[in-house]
Amino acid sequence: MSVAIPETLEEALQVAAADPEVQVLAGGTDLMVEVNFGYRRPASVCALHRIAELHAQRQDDGEVVIGAMTTYHDMERGVIAAALPGLAQAGRTVGSPQIRNAGTVGGNLATASPAGDTLPVLMALDSTVVVASVAGRREVPISDFLVGPKRNALGPGELIVEVRVPHLRGPQEFLKVGARNAMVIAVCSLALVVDLERRRVACALGSVGPTVLRAFEAEERAAQEIDWQTGRLGDPAFAPEFGRLVAAAARPIDDHRSTAGYRRHAIGVLAERALRRSA
Amino acid sequence: MIADTAPAVRERPGRVGESAPRPDGVPKVRGEFAYSSDLYAEGMLWGATVRSTQVHARVRSVDVSAAWATPGVRAVITASDVPGSAHYGLDSDDQPVFAAGVVRHVGEPIAAIAADRPETARLAASRVVVDYEPLAPLLDPEESLTAEPIHPNGNVFRHLPIRKGDPDAVGDVVVEGTYTTGMQDQAFLGPESGLAIPDDDGGGVELFISTQWLHIDRDQVAACLGLPPDKVRLTLSGVGGAFGAREDISLQVHVCLLALVTARPVKMVYSREESFLGHVHRHPARMWYRHHATHDGVLVKVEARLLLDGGAYLSSSHHVLGNAASFAVGPYRVPNVVIDSWNVRTNNPPCGAMRGFGVVQACFGHESQMDKLARALGRDPVELRLMNALGPGDTGVTGQRITGTLPMAEVIARTAALPMPPDLDDEPPMLALPGGAGRTADRARVVRGVGFAANYKNLMYAEGFDDFSTARCRIEHGVVTIDCACAEVGQGFVTIALQIAREVLRIDEVVLAPANTAEVGSAGSTSASRQTWMSGGAVEAACTAARDRVLAEVAGRVGLPVSDLDLRGDRVVSRDGRIDLTMTEAIEGLVVDEVREFHHARTHPFDEHGQGDAHVSFAGAAHRAVVDVDLDLGLVRVVQIATAQDVGRALNPLSVGGQIEGGVAQGLGLALMEEILVDDGRIRNASFTDYLVPTALDAPEVVWSLIEEPEPGAPFGAKGVGEPPVVSSTPAIVSAIRAATGLDLTRVPVRPEDLALGGREHGL
Repeated sequence: MSVAIPETLEEALQVAAADPEVQVLAGGTDLMVEVNFGYRRPASVCALHRIAELHAQRQDDGEVVIGAMTTYHDMERGVIAAALPGLAQAGRTVGSPQIRNAGTVGGNLATASPAGDTLPVLMALDSTVVVASVAGRREVPISDFLVGPKRNALGPGELIVEVRVPHLRGPQEFLKVGARNAMVIAVCSLALVVDLERRRVACALGSVGPTVLRAFEAEERAAQEIDWQTGRLGDPAFAPEFGRLVAAAARPIDDHRSTAGYRRHAIGVLAERALRRSA
Repeated sequence: MIADTAPAVRERPGRVGESAPRPDGVPKVRGEFAYSSDLYAEGMLWGATVRSTQVHARVRSVDVSAAWATPGVRAVITASDVPGSAHYGLDSDDQPVFAAGVVRHVGEPIAAIAADRPETARLAASRVVVDYEPLAPLLDPEESLTAEPIHPNGNVFRHLPIRKGDPDAVGDVVVEGTYTTGMQDQAFLGPESGLAIPDDDGGGVELFISTQWLHIDRDQVAACLGLPPDKVRLTLSGVGGAFGAREDISLQVHVCLLALVTARPVKMVYSREESFLGHVHRHPARMWYRHHATHDGVLVKVEARLLLDGGAYLSSSHHVLGNAASFAVGPYRVPNVVIDSWNVRTNNPPCGAMRGFGVVQACFGHESQMDKLARALGRDPVELRLMNALGPGDTGVTGQRITGTLPMAEVIARTAALPMPPDLDDEPPMLALPGGAGRTADRARVVRGVGFAANYKNLMYAEGFDDFSTARCRIEHGVVTIDCACAEVGQGFVTIALQIAREVLRIDEVVLAPANTAEVGSAGSTSASRQTWMSGGAVEAACTAARDRVLAEVAGRVGLPVSDLDLRGDRVVSRDGRIDLTMTEAIEGLVVDEVREFHHARTHPFDEHGQGDAHVSFAGAAHRAVVDVDLDLGLVRVVQIATAQDVGRALNPLSVGGQIEGGVAQGLGLALMEEILVDDGRIRNASFTDYLVPTALDAPEVVWSLIEEPEPGAPFGAKGVGEPPVVSSTPAIVSAIRAATGLDLTRVPVRPEDLALGGREHGL
């Protein structure tokens, strides 16, 4: 097995161009599980941890730019915690402190699991994934990036460079159900974003479909029900209705972690609670 | 941790009754302790195991040619290479070293490989081609009772009926219920691992291994290798937890055989997934109960049927059932008993020993019933338990009279009187609510519940088995060395043995030698809450003999009869004042070597009605659980467990507290999350990603109180303390959830969907 440890993004892109089958290693929290189980035996690996520019986070003109190697630990503090509280909350729910020190946003995007904890937040915020190859950069809306269960839109030789997340004014919530109180894969999760400027509500759902889902009908109804002068619901009785609409948007399955019936029920409860907290 | 009296950790070496710190505690926390998976020998090879992918199948052929052709492979062995007994087992040799002819569960070993590198060994293992002819799997334990045998020894491991008193007695009030428990795993952190080193002449082998009982491993390994027992020498290496899962043989024979075949040291370490396949689990149980009581709440009769799924091989299923049946009604006086219990073979993963050993399952049944009875009678559940509490002079369901201590009423009353936690705040921190880090809770939808449960359990092995222990006390060059083959698996014998030796010998500096089979006889298993009593008793006996020898020598030197010597504190003094020495001074120049076996009181098998004095001694505990439940999401946070425990005497209160807190965490796991999910004979969650054990955020505050009534026959009056904490913590938590939700909850683990959807997801 060959291992490339590039110091710059340019070098990494060269490696990826020369060997489109190369296995990219970010935090390793997904990859090493697959290797340990024998599901994957990469012939070549390109480790990204030395590339300084991928670790950066910064606030630009109305958006937060998050380098692909930003860890969950990083999300709980600094510019992300200040500007994107929903993402900080999602980061906190991932694994143990050791895992949060290793796992990255780029890895979460690339793995594209429906249970990826940052993905509902990034989806509700209409984030943009910036990918690059030796041929140049392109920007992919996250809804186009996550194409299916564990399938993303990266082309051959492409790496995730950063994700650009709008910096909105308004409440953000991330809630996640698991069978224990910490360090657990999501049975279902939900991100809710209230955009007080554009008077919009966004709601994205994790682990209740083949990929992260948006509850568009619920979002539109909620936007109508919020009194945008106060930012509160005109009629608090709308919250359970919101829960029902979100539950209807879910497409859950039975698996070893839970049942479809519970997931649909629980995602509705999360939606109602998130809306009550936010509006 | 909150105790009646906070145990003070002392810096100087502790004597009996003191909270001496564990010698291995700090190294373990700092990551410096060497576990068996850290073993290394110059020039060693790595082993890997080929396992059945089939639930039940005939093996037509095993083609190892591609594995052999893998560069770096040094040996490939299958059933035909086993020189001695082809089968092994704790109670009966029904389990093949390597499957030949038939595989009976997924993960059953078929071949083993030794190679230069671990990756090479695993790669070669994946190249072994097994041609299977699938057979109909037997997966339902009820069907097993009447199905075609899937093993020459038959399907029913044991049927144990118990009849006591009048089978036709009827109570004024009758409650009935059916309960099920899931398959829990011991979930130790240190996977199975060992290092085998062949003798230079190839005539024997040395094995460094994580196990619970060195000598029984040695005897089984020797039999399978076709060697005399003294040609197989076992030394305990660092054990990363056990809880019953290291009672059975796993890789012991494989790794020794690979070492002998290759004439090289061979190391094996299971992966986490393989570990789930490679050891036994807690038996899943289906239990039906009918309790009869008078209007006043006095128990009249209990009828029960218990069915345990033992999986593919016997392991310790026979005795797990003996325990489940013996303790099927819990720590209560029941004059009339009609119990039938079965443990059967299926093609599910093999089940065997796990902390609590059959009593855990029964306790969930009988304690659920006691709550149900209290409701039917309109009585307080604690009062009902107190009214019926078993004590000295009473007889259990097997007719055995309690002749030692068993302060169950005090255990129950004191547990109920322990301080309650403060009420839930109006705005508690999110992490303190059900759902924890997931931030799901809505304070207005969180309800608190309180539940109660009690248990008693036997200590030591049962039904006529003489599970003795051996210890040796050597004094030479002014150094005291204790040899005992007791396996330290985390329970704290390394501390207890030294405390006892110091207490008896009145000397602070005592060395505990590594546990092995070469220097000393068997210590029996680190199981059944037995080592403090049995090996503690052996150490006490050997040290007492050594002390007596020292006194005789000292007296002899000056021509005094030994009866003229007294021990005053740590000094040896003679009545005439001519001798006044510390014990440390007294042993200078002496050579003493005393070996003692310690045997417990004799026990007896059950008769055809399940009656008999089958058990040595009993210990009890009660648990009160306080839980917060998110009614809509069905998520639970256990806020507090209060427990009083009958310990005889706490030789090391800090260590007892550790057993209580750990046992409570394991009981919580069974109550709320720990379950091996088996579908069509296959484990679906063989990883710590999906087999969930409680985290620090799930672990409750534990308030504990020790009841010390010294037990006759036990060293210093100490009872074993390891199992009672796990037994009734589970039903106490479920009882509290019932109180919060009003739901019936007849199975554990309780799943979020059972609470949020009232069990309709699973047809409950």
